[in-house]
Amino acid sequence: MIEFKMPSLGADMDEGKLLEWKVKPGDTVKRGDLVAVVETPKAAVDVEIWQEGVIEELVAKPGETVPVGGVLAHLRGAAEPKEAPAKPAAEPEPRPEAKPAPAPGATRHLVSPAARKHARELGVDVEQLPGSGPHGAVTVEDVENAAKGAPKKEAAPPPDKLAAMRKAIAAAMSRSKREIPHYYLSQAIPMQRAADWLTAQNEKRPVADRLLMGALQLKAVALALKDFPDLNGFWRDNALQPAPGIHVGVAISLRQGGLIAPAIHDVAELGLDELMKALADLVRRARAGSLRSSEMSDPTVTVTNLGDQGVDAVFPVIYPPQLAIVGFGRLAPRPWAEDGMTGAVPVVVASLAGDHRASDGHRGARFLAALAALLQEPEKL
Amino acid sequence: MDANEIRKVVLGELRRIAPELEEVAPAKPLRDQVDLDSMDWLNFLVALNERLQIEIPEADYRKLGTLDQVVQYLAAKAR
Repeated sequence: MIEFKMPSLGADMDEGKLLEWKVKPGDTVKRGDLVAVVETPKAAVDVEIWQEGVIEELVAKPGETVPVGGVLAHLRGAAEPKEAPAKPAAEPEPRPEAKPAPAPGATRHLVSPAARKHARELGVDVEQLPGSGPHGAVTVEDVENAAKGAPKKEAAPPPDKLAAMRKAIAAAMSRSKREIPHYYLSQAIPMQRAADWLTAQNEKRPVADRLLMGALQLKAVALALKDFPDLNGFWRDNALQPAPGIHVGVAISLRQGGLIAPAIHDVAELGLDELMKALADLVRRARAGSLRSSEMSDPTVTVTNLGDQGVDAVFPVIYPPQLAIVGFGRLAPRPWAEDGMTGAVPVVVASLAGDHRASDGHRGARFLAALAALLQEPEKL
Repeated sequence: MDANEIRKVVLGELRRIAPELEEVAPAKPLRDQVDLDSMDWLNFLVALNERLQIEIPEADYRKLGTLDQVVQYLAAKAR
């Protein structure tokens, strides 16, 4: 018998509330299938399963809060025989077909976390509701409109989601500053070549296919990290654990307040077009409350970009147990001297906060130099 | 489509991206009134392109500072 447990969806999560099951006993599941929706302090997350088999029993009930590591369901492995029933079985129910995992880029039914929560309280089936929010997401207002014609269930007072998120951020950041000896480095990087290359690229592209500088920066960070395993991974049990992949957590501010940093997987292996699409999709789903559990649990490093808010540089706080976080300030013209010439060129300040238990400033400085060098050859990103 | 209809489309798309948006001062810079990052801005332009079938080159972004400017720009291109 295989136990499917409540996953840890970030350092700030001790428990999660099961909102709904996407499977039922008898369903066949395979790696990567979405099987449940779990509410964390930050978001309602579509939880994937990483085992294969047949759902034997749903242990946790919707509405139940389960600690991280607590059993949510039992599965029967593909090779395991089905347990003999205690008494003669009644007429077997027709076996439901396994749901295929949604194809990448497939249209998803987006529901904001607040709307999903509110829908449960009002007894509204959000999966059947058309959405009027960003990208067709179902909003609280949609739920309330639908509820006017729907029979009401027992309503509970809505918890203060924003307060819960602040609490989660406070816990993670306090732990970070308490446990992680940060060192900080920054480097001003001339971006004329990258800006010219991007302008030339975007001139040829329809608006839907344009690239953002943020995508180039993410790719450059991931490529630079290939040579710095001491900045990509985790500090656990008093030891450095380099990560096998480079899964970049992208800090995304949410319109209702707070932030979330889900991962784009294997960024170094993605082409810029793929990365731009993945970034746009991630931001859209983060703000619509439709993230997947692997995106929450897998970041091996984080990138935060506050350039659009006008700051010159960012001095970020590492998300434990990660080893580093990279920040970017605004891209702006500044005086720059090169080869004996002075002029105004677009410059960005990249910063690094590193865990001094895992790496030293010398390594961090070399990483920033590698990042700067990569951004001078945008055509190779 | 006339300028009034275009204005409705523009405001509708702005509100889809920033649902918290209430009144928009038409002559004030949009980015002073709406918290729009680069991704929001790109999504806004993609939505306008899809709704109005008007291509907006990146070089023209600087002409789109205020709501009035966006409407004027799109109305001129729609003719």
